[in-house]
Amino acid sequence: MLAATASQTIGPYWHLIEDDTWADLTRFGAEGETVVLTGTVYDGAGSLVTDAAIEIWQTSPAASDIFPAFGRCRTDSNGAFRFTTLKPGPVAGLGNAQQAPHIAISIFARGLLNALITRLYFQDEPLNETDPVLSMIEDEARRRTLIATRTASGAWNLDIRLQGDNETVFMEI
Amino acid sequence: MTTEAAPFRQIVANSQPANDTPSYGSTHLRHPARVPLRIPQTITETTGPRFTPAQFGPMPDLSVTNGKQAQGERIIVRGRVVDENNRPVPHTMIEIWQANAGGRYDHPGDQHDAPMDPNFHGGGRVFSDADGWYQFTTIKPGAYPWRNHPNAWRPNHIHYSLFGTGFGQRIVTQMYFPGDPLLALDPIFLAVPDPAARDRLIAAFDIDITAPEWALGYRFDFVLRGRDATPTEQA
Repeated sequence: MLAATASQTIGPYWHLIEDDTWADLTRFGAEGETVVLTGTVYDGAGSLVTDAAIEIWQTSPAASDIFPAFGRCRTDSNGAFRFTTLKPGPVAGLGNAQQAPHIAISIFARGLLNALITRLYFQDEPLNETDPVLSMIEDEARRRTLIATRTASGAWNLDIRLQGDNETVFMEI
Repeated sequence: MTTEAAPFRQIVANSQPANDTPSYGSTHLRHPARVPLRIPQTITETTGPRFTPAQFGPMPDLSVTNGKQAQGERIIVRGRVVDENNRPVPHTMIEIWQANAGGRYDHPGDQHDAPMDPNFHGGGRVFSDADGWYQFTTIKPGAYPWRNHPNAWRPNHIHYSLFGTGFGQRIVTQMYFPGDPLLALDPIFLAVPDPAARDRLIAAFDIDITAPEWALGYRFDFVLRGRDATPTEQA
């Protein structure tokens, strides 16, 4: 058996492949419950991370010719990212389990030799209480690092802390 | 409805760098201090985005911009995308970016005092074919200084981003060149613990890929995480 190619940092110059339209997952004409997802990325000193690539992937609604289900957005000079997408519904889990609506997130940046993986959940979703991944996190404050808060109608925010107090729960898959 | 695919195998020990790598200064405040949560692989992790050349047009020649040739040593890079089971990964998108021949990126953040090349942008995109083969043309990127430690220089390298067939297969990496004396001094390259895994980041010169009277050829293969033979209930 072979071993997978080693990961290396995306570095500070990945914007050479950036296409800022990728942050809008509705750009090919997908319709549904449109939501805006925002957040700010902080390092272990509380400083803004201004050169990261944030990627999102969702399995609900399913990817199609008009819905890529994938997006990428830079963090700007304020450390902020912003996506427009369709709100996911519940997602099948293993066996008979059901997962709460969620979006997978990958974070790439200078100083990260591997991508960091996490998930975004939505505040006030009843299924959050029984979600198999959220249920693995016993500490309520830790669990909250994955739950986006509603900032306006159709707008949700989740800040990401790479290190230190309130560090986001990152995942290994 | 997407069908559920088999989960990915666990990562081979020592084949991947640690995010906590003190010799690489930018990691200090960016690596998580806590152990990651091992989660089961659900449809979210086992499936992934699909990109088509129709929506994401190929850009297979970085060596020419607006019909004008970039400065530098023209090269062809060719290789295969396979998984850990040595099965080809067909029709997968490969994103490419790099510095110019003088070691400077066409990026506002790069202030290295080396000349820009108006005929070199440094971004590309190709797709593997039905058997996993890919190829592109570019110029050999230059080495450049960075401020990680006194007199620090990055070895010549090309950046790549691949998506594979599932979220768990996504990889961003860098390809290096054989015989580069800077490799032995580079904390990013050296962050990969297993020397064999590290050496697989170095392309091989290949006379069969070399185009006579035109360009040197290099071979570089990508290996993406393989899937378990049978789906399991636990990660």
